[in-house]
Amino acid sequence: MQEIWQALVQAVDLIVSLDTEVIQISLRSLYISGCSILIAALFCIPIGGLIHFHDFRGKRVVINIIQTFYSLPTVVVGLLVFLFISRSGPLGGLELMFTPTAVVIGQVILILPVLTGMMINALSGVDRAIRDTALSSGASNAQAMWAILFEARFAVVGALILGFGRAISEVGAALMLGGNIRGYTRILTTAISLETQRGDLVLALALGIILISIAMVVSITMNILLQRY
Amino acid sequence: MAILETVDLEQRAGAAVLLNKVSLSVEKGEIFAVIGPTGAGKTTLLRLINLLDRPVAGDICFDGQKITDPSCDTVKVRRRMAMVFQKPVVFNNTVYENVAYPLKVRGAHGKNERSAVCQMLEIIGLGGYAGRKARTLSGGEAQRVALARAVVIKPDLLLLDEPTANLDPVNVKMIEELVMQFNRERGLTVIMSTHDMQQAQRVAGRIGVLMNGQLVQVGAPGDIFYAPDNARIAGFVGIRNLLRGYIVQNEAGIVVVNVNGRDIQAVSDLPVQSAVEIYIRPEDVVLSAAVTGGSARNSLRSTIKSLSPNGPLCTIIVDCGFPLEVLVTDKSVVEMGLSQGQEVYASFKASAVRVLPSMLR
Repeated sequence: MQEIWQALVQAVDLIVSLDTEVIQISLRSLYISGCSILIAALFCIPIGGLIHFHDFRGKRVVINIIQTFYSLPTVVVGLLVFLFISRSGPLGGLELMFTPTAVVIGQVILILPVLTGMMINALSGVDRAIRDTALSSGASNAQAMWAILFEARFAVVGALILGFGRAISEVGAALMLGGNIRGYTRILTTAISLETQRGDLVLALALGIILISIAMVVSITMNILLQRY
Repeated sequence: MAILETVDLEQRAGAAVLLNKVSLSVEKGEIFAVIGPTGAGKTTLLRLINLLDRPVAGDICFDGQKITDPSCDTVKVRRRMAMVFQKPVVFNNTVYENVAYPLKVRGAHGKNERSAVCQMLEIIGLGGYAGRKARTLSGGEAQRVALARAVVIKPDLLLLDEPTANLDPVNVKMIEELVMQFNRERGLTVIMSTHDMQQAQRVAGRIGVLMNGQLVQVGAPGDIFYAPDNARIAGFVGIRNLLRGYIVQNEAGIVVVNVNGRDIQAVSDLPVQSAVEIYIRPEDVVLSAAVTGGSARNSLRSTIKSLSPNGPLCTIIVDCGFPLEVLVTDKSVVEMGLSQGQEVYASFKASAVRVLPSMLR
C-alpha cells in the first residue's frame, strides 16, 4: 500500500513539475496511439459499414472471425510485423524496425479487429427505420449511410475510445517493434516495463497512473465533445 | 390527372404474397386512403411507391414516368416524394436539424433553409422547440416533426403509413388537420394508409380497400361504407348484421330473402333461388313495442337478448330468428323501458337491406 501511495504522490509530482522526460514519453505515447487509432478508424469505419450494409454469403462467419481476433495477443502481432519489417523480411528495405512507425503498424493491426467488430455492432444498433427515413427524405445511399453513422456516433466513439485504450496500453508489440529507445520509441508502457525490471517500482507505478490518467482524459474529452452534438 | 398509377403491382416475401396485382390510380391533389386490416399489404404498397423496395412484378408510374424502370434515377424520384412512417422516427438530433435534414441532403443551406424550417415548425405548433433534442419529444410531437420533415420540401406526393396508429385522440386530430391543411393550401397529393375507417372517412376523398394483398374496392367513402362490394369488405368496414339467405321471390325489384326461415324484403335485381348475403346497418333498424305503420317493409317480432351501453348509444342484440344488432340512443332505451327478454318489433326499410350475391368476389 505504501508503494501505491508513494507512486500516487510521485505521479502528481512528475506531472506538476513538468518532468521533461515523462512529458516527452507521455506525448509520444499519445502521438503513437493517436496515429494508430486514426489510421485504424480510416480502415475500420468503411470496412464495418461495408459488412453491415451488405448482405453476402458467409457474413456471419466473417463477423465470427473478426470477433475471434479481438483476443489477438500483442506479442503475436509484434512477431508477425517483426517478420515483415526486419532486415531479412519482405519489407526490410523500408528500414522501419525500431521506429515509431513500426509501433504504429503493430498497434493498428492489433486494434483493427476490435474496432471493426465494434463498428459493426454500433451500426447494427441503429434502428432500420433511420435508413428508411433518410432515404425517403431524399438522401442518396451515401448520405443515408452517413445518417446511420451519425446516429451510431455514441457507440462509434465508444469503439474508438476502446481501440485507443487497447493501443495505448499494449506493451508487447511496442517493445518488439520499437525497441524502447530512449527519446525515440520509448512510450509509457515500455517505460513502465523497463522501470519494473530495474526495480524502481514507484516510478513504474507513477507512470502507470499517468497512463490511466491520459486514457481517462481522452475518454472524458471525447464524451464532452459528443454531448455537444 | 393521375399523378400516380400502379399497374398489376406484385410483391412477395419468399413464398408469401404481400401484394397481388394491385392496380391503382391517384389523382393530383387528392387525399387517397388505403384501408385494410393489419397485414393486408398497406405498408408494402407505400414502400414500393416510395422506391424503398422493388416490386417483383408490375409497374409504378409517377407523374407520367415509369419509376420502376431500372434506368430510373431513384434518388431524383424520391426527392419529389416524402413518407411518414407508422412509428414516429426522429434522428438523434435537435428538432431543427430533423426538419432541416431533407433540405440539407438537397444542398439547401443558410437563410432559405432556416426560414423554411422555422416556418414549418410554426405551422406544426412546435415553434419554440427548434433547439430541443427530438428524442425528448412525446410520440405526438415526434410524429408532427416527422410530418414537418416530410412536407418542408414541398413534395408532389406525401405518403403516410398509418401516421396516427400510436397516438392519442388529441394528436390524431392535430395530424389529420395538418394533413388536410397541407392538402387544401398546397394542393398536396396524399396517399395515407390506415386501419382506422373513421379516419379514412374524415380525411380522404377516395378510399381503396386492401385485403390479403389485393385491392378489392376503390371508391368514395360513402360507397365503401354503405355499399361495400362483398361480405368480406362489409365485415371489415364494421357492418354488423351480415346474414346469409336465398331469394324466394322477386317482384319488380323487391325481393324476399329467406334468412333462417324468416322473410326479409329488400331491393335487388337478383333472380329467385340466388344465394345471397345481406347486411343491415344497426342504426337503420328501429325498435318498437308494436308493428309500425310506417314505410318500413320489414317488421320482425323479436326478443331482446342483451343491451350494452356504448357512449351515448346503446347496442341491443335482438333475436328474430337470427341475431340482429340494433343501435339506439340511451334516451330511447329509458323512454321505451327496454330490457332483456322483452318482446319488441325490429323494423327496417327494404332499401336499408343491402343484398350481395353470395361470395361473388
